[in-house]
Amino acid sequence: MSKGLIAAIVALIVLALVPVGAPSTVVFFTLCLAKSLAVLGILVLIRADQVSFGHAMYFAIGAYTAAYITAEFRNIDIMLVILAAAISSLIAGLLVGLFVTRYRGIFFGMINLAFSMVLYSGLEKAFHITGGSDGLRIRRPTLMGMEFKRAEFDLVIFYVTLAMVALCFWLVWRYLRSPLGQALGALKTNETRLEYLGLSARRVLLTGYVISAVLCGLGGVLLGTVQGLATPEHAFWSRSAELVFIAVLGGPGHVAGALSGTVIFEAVRTFAAAVLDDSWQLILGITLIVIILWAPGGLVELWKRVFLRKGKTGEEVQK
Amino acid sequence: MSTDKGTLLLQAEGLKLRFGGIIAADGINLSLYKGEHLAIIGPNGAGKTTFLNICTGYLKPDAGKVTLNGREITGRPPRSITRMGVARAFQIPQLFTGHTVLENMLLAASVRERHWGLLRNLMRIPERAEMEHLLDMVGCADVRDRLASELPEGKRKLVDIAVALALKPEVLLMDEPTSGVATADKFGVMETLMKALREAGVSSVFVEHDMEMVGLYATRVAVWAQGIIQMTGEPKTVLNDPDVIRNVIGSGEHA
Repeated sequence: MSKGLIAAIVALIVLALVPVGAPSTVVFFTLCLAKSLAVLGILVLIRADQVSFGHAMYFAIGAYTAAYITAEFRNIDIMLVILAAAISSLIAGLLVGLFVTRYRGIFFGMINLAFSMVLYSGLEKAFHITGGSDGLRIRRPTLMGMEFKRAEFDLVIFYVTLAMVALCFWLVWRYLRSPLGQALGALKTNETRLEYLGLSARRVLLTGYVISAVLCGLGGVLLGTVQGLATPEHAFWSRSAELVFIAVLGGPGHVAGALSGTVIFEAVRTFAAAVLDDSWQLILGITLIVIILWAPGGLVELWKRVFLRKGKTGEEVQK
Repeated sequence: MSTDKGTLLLQAEGLKLRFGGIIAADGINLSLYKGEHLAIIGPNGAGKTTFLNICTGYLKPDAGKVTLNGREITGRPPRSITRMGVARAFQIPQLFTGHTVLENMLLAASVRERHWGLLRNLMRIPERAEMEHLLDMVGCADVRDRLASELPEGKRKLVDIAVALALKPEVLLMDEPTSGVATADKFGVMETLMKALREAGVSSVFVEHDMEMVGLYATRVAVWAQGIIQMTGEPKTVLNDPDVIRNVIGSGEHA
């Protein structure tokens, strides 16, 4: 068994034991896990050297899908809610993706931002449909016909989220090794050759884009369901930037970066704020500077350097 | 289409293209038959590379058309023409620099075989042995696991051609295949290359400045100057033609 697989299994077991060992942190970890799915989506695009500053829109689409569907169908199964969010973010990702994948670099980032802000304003203004800035309530779904009280549901959604994270991280890990996933990296270094292999660079990017949109949608539906609320804030630009921040913090070179980045980010934010107001921005800002200067591979690289005693891999990651 | 010269593969008819005041092509007629290795020679800036750019769909001609096996390909994008069987190697190698040499090859094979399964492992596609063999054939087996960005120029050139060959094209278009290769290795490299082409049954068009190379490896030569094909024929005839010697070979061309 490879070291990576062992690390993944250990991480999964540790996370699965959270409700037993530290029951008070269950909601915190659920939020982390949900958000890490969205960060994973950002990470996919970074493989192609594209950074989206608007992916929070898919986060919001996931959350609002949950709000609408749980209002329409009372006591709907959570799996169906997740499926509906995946489908709606997939369709949205495809429609927006057809347009934005014509662009690269700064234009790609900004056009995504523009789309997300249009959605944000729409959600805020269309009061009768979206509940305006107060947002919409997401009713508690059921699981296999069972209804849950608040405390029980926290546990249920924790394990559902953990299962989704395990599944999605595995799928994305496989995808990034596949020819189409590897073509994302090829798009980064030589689009001309890609076209001269007979492959549409746009199609390669669109595939990655749709996958990243679905991941953000899944993050949104799970996070929204935990909080019981979908608000326009979910689509706000600072949310998008936060996802990119976490992806760089965790390290875009490996899927594990998405999870470790999110846990560290949320932990600093939650616990530093308790000690000193607003100190979390300072701490995270300095941490990011240190990472970019000395460990461009992110937390994943630090982990490798310390525990696996591997050489410096940051340069490879940057290439 | 068959004539006494064999099967017609690639044909350009009446190609015209001008960039501002510069006329790159002013009615180019040129054909490539199956099994041929056609060299295009001519002064710098005559439009030889432009021809390759038109044939692969990178540039659209102002007039004229290009056909492949009788089907018109003018106006199609490079990826579509590539899929139809015209591969290209570049004067400046175009590789995926963040990938290893073998991964570059496997990506090409994946496109050819349409391995689009999202859960498929690039390193385990069935064409891997074929790609390793191809690298061996062009003398690049030793750099298989190196990053493309780390290769010396000569090897990069060969890998670029190997990537094009990995697509199993009918026609390979090459732009100065041995420029950038150390002078001492040039002929060895070209020998290896032509052997690989013959083995794979690939016809080729190559733009070349080295007349010795043309004499040794071209089956036919076309002289491109002032936007038209001045002459075509066997290397022996063309390279000894007084006009060609005066206007092309002796025009300050460096070998």
